[in-house]
Amino acid sequence: MLEENAPKILEVEGLKQYFNVGKADEVKAVDDISFDVYKGETFGLVGESGSGKTTTGRAISHLYEPTAGKIIFDGKDVSKLRHKAQKQQFRSDIQTIFQDPYASLNPRMKVEDIVAEGIDINHLAKDKEDRKHQVEDLLETVGLNKEHANRYPHEFSGGQRQRIGIARALAVKPKFIIADEPISALDVSIQAQVVNLLKDLQKKRKLTYLFIAHDLSMVKYISDRIGVMHYGRMLEIADADELYANPLHDYTRSLLSAVPVPDPEYERSRQAFDYDASKEDDGKNRKLVEIAPRHYVRASEDEIDMYKQRLKK
Amino acid sequence: MENKDDILEVRNLTINFKTYAGKVQAIRDISFDLKKGETLAIVGESGSGKSVTTRSIMGLNAPNAEIAGGSIKFKDEEILDKNEKQLSKLRGKSIAEIFQDPMTSLDPTMKVGKQVAEPLRIHQGMSKEKAMEKALEIMKLVGITNAKERINDYPYQFSGGMRQRIVIAIALVNYPQVLIADEPTTALDVTIQAKILHLMKELQTKINTSIIFITHDLGVVAGMADRVAVMYAGKIVEYGTVDEIFYNAKHPYTWGLLGSMPTLDTDADVLPSIPGTPPDLLEPPVGDAFAARNKYALKIDTLKQPPFFKVSNTHYAATWLLDDRAPKVTPPADIVKRQEHFKATHNN
Repeated sequence: MLEENAPKILEVEGLKQYFNVGKADEVKAVDDISFDVYKGETFGLVGESGSGKTTTGRAISHLYEPTAGKIIFDGKDVSKLRHKAQKQQFRSDIQTIFQDPYASLNPRMKVEDIVAEGIDINHLAKDKEDRKHQVEDLLETVGLNKEHANRYPHEFSGGQRQRIGIARALAVKPKFIIADEPISALDVSIQAQVVNLLKDLQKKRKLTYLFIAHDLSMVKYISDRIGVMHYGRMLEIADADELYANPLHDYTRSLLSAVPVPDPEYERSRQAFDYDASKEDDGKNRKLVEIAPRHYVRASEDEIDMYKQRLKK
Repeated sequence: MENKDDILEVRNLTINFKTYAGKVQAIRDISFDLKKGETLAIVGESGSGKSVTTRSIMGLNAPNAEIAGGSIKFKDEEILDKNEKQLSKLRGKSIAEIFQDPMTSLDPTMKVGKQVAEPLRIHQGMSKEKAMEKALEIMKLVGITNAKERINDYPYQFSGGMRQRIVIAIALVNYPQVLIADEPTTALDVTIQAKILHLMKELQTKINTSIIFITHDLGVVAGMADRVAVMYAGKIVEYGTVDEIFYNAKHPYTWGLLGSMPTLDTDADVLPSIPGTPPDLLEPPVGDAFAARNKYALKIDTLKQPPFFKVSNTHYAATWLLDDRAPKVTPPADIVKRQEHFKATHNN
């Protein structure tokens, strides 16, 4: 959990990630977003498909060269890492857990080799014995048996595969984990198991998470702070409880009003709230403004008062 | 039909799949009714048999499926006795299905208007012009903007939400009496999902169809269903009205499902989860299949399959905990809260 005055581990400044630049089909997948992530916290990123949340995650792990803007990890600009050793360190520090546990594990590799791939590349094991030992430790950490090391991915259920993916991410002792929809492909009862495991690992290993998801109830449960994205822009950032108690941006409101709740009485009285996205493109200059402490919303100069009023209600 | 309000009656349905590894007992003796005009939700984990059940109603099971027993009656016709030709007269006309993935359930090389008109041409023998006219009407009904201009567009020109509206239009164009919706909104974003669900409810009252709604999202169930059946390992373990299942659940598996989904108010340190994984249906366990994952399991659960115990006229649960001889157990705290709420609002 987030401690008071925790240092920043990640700073994203004015990140733009465009594809097909200069062509007719140019896509502004991420359009000038800025946010910080503090050491030890879980930062949730929510938004619809196409909102740019996955692209943001990929840009942070430097799978793309940003069109503009800076990504500063642990005090260093990610784009300016030149030495091989620095780059390798960075790639171990940031690890990703992927959405689809069926597609993200090589079906021809044994679990031991999948988990140990990072160990091999970074030469983290002294000898074969040590490598085996490390893998077994990792498997037990994520709630699997060491006997599982000699099996192939197809012998596991979805939840178990996701555990293998988590073990692989932990193998290189990362500081920061990008979890991109890590539970969306799993059954409800298994989702809770994996979320509990992620929380437990965070506590034990002092990890920082960027948790990307579209399931708003789960995001609220796991995150300390949440950023809401839409059309490549960051519309609102606040502490998880605050965001759900006092959503300021119309888009956040519409998103929250659409979450199905397992409570028939609530559902019968549900009021849907529609959002008109064209408002965002009226040409006004908007940026993230801190309306209340730690609560930011994307607003133009003349909207600030309106949002302050909204918060008072 | 045993009951004149029913449109569909499933009795003792048992389905096995022949595989190289052996016989998978996917559906193990299930019975349920669908009443006219209602929405019945079937919930459960993947592999619990939800889709196999509905696919057998449509006569669409894979070739290695073997119907080992039981009956499915649609009005007074036995579906299981029908041959392929008779079934295809029913499918898309009296019984229609909305599939999960709008990206794969449309023909990418066919204009959408033609796809919507196709069931009319096939089942009602309508002329091309008349069918297209009717197709346009139903496309407007499901909320396709500029339907007239878009009738000649191809599926790739539509967004996911609009595509799912087209899939719904195809399913509804013949005003089916039974509509099967298999995870119809799982692939969609929440805001789009809310719109599609609202649309389905509206259309249901308009054309008075009965819906079987399959989903694993209990939030969606709470908003859509009149009645709920909970499936586990090829069996129905509990069924009742939506209020009875959400506020007065009796089966520990239903408790587990309700507990493991955080609501926006959940702030527990550890999310209640159901430990372990579902059993292998190649060799289903003796007794209650849920026993191995159930902390409330009694000794008899490992020996004998529990029968359905009556909770109310509409609510039944298959758990030995409801037997008179069973010890009294306290459900998890969040379930107790739900049950107290039920007592306060349904004092009968």
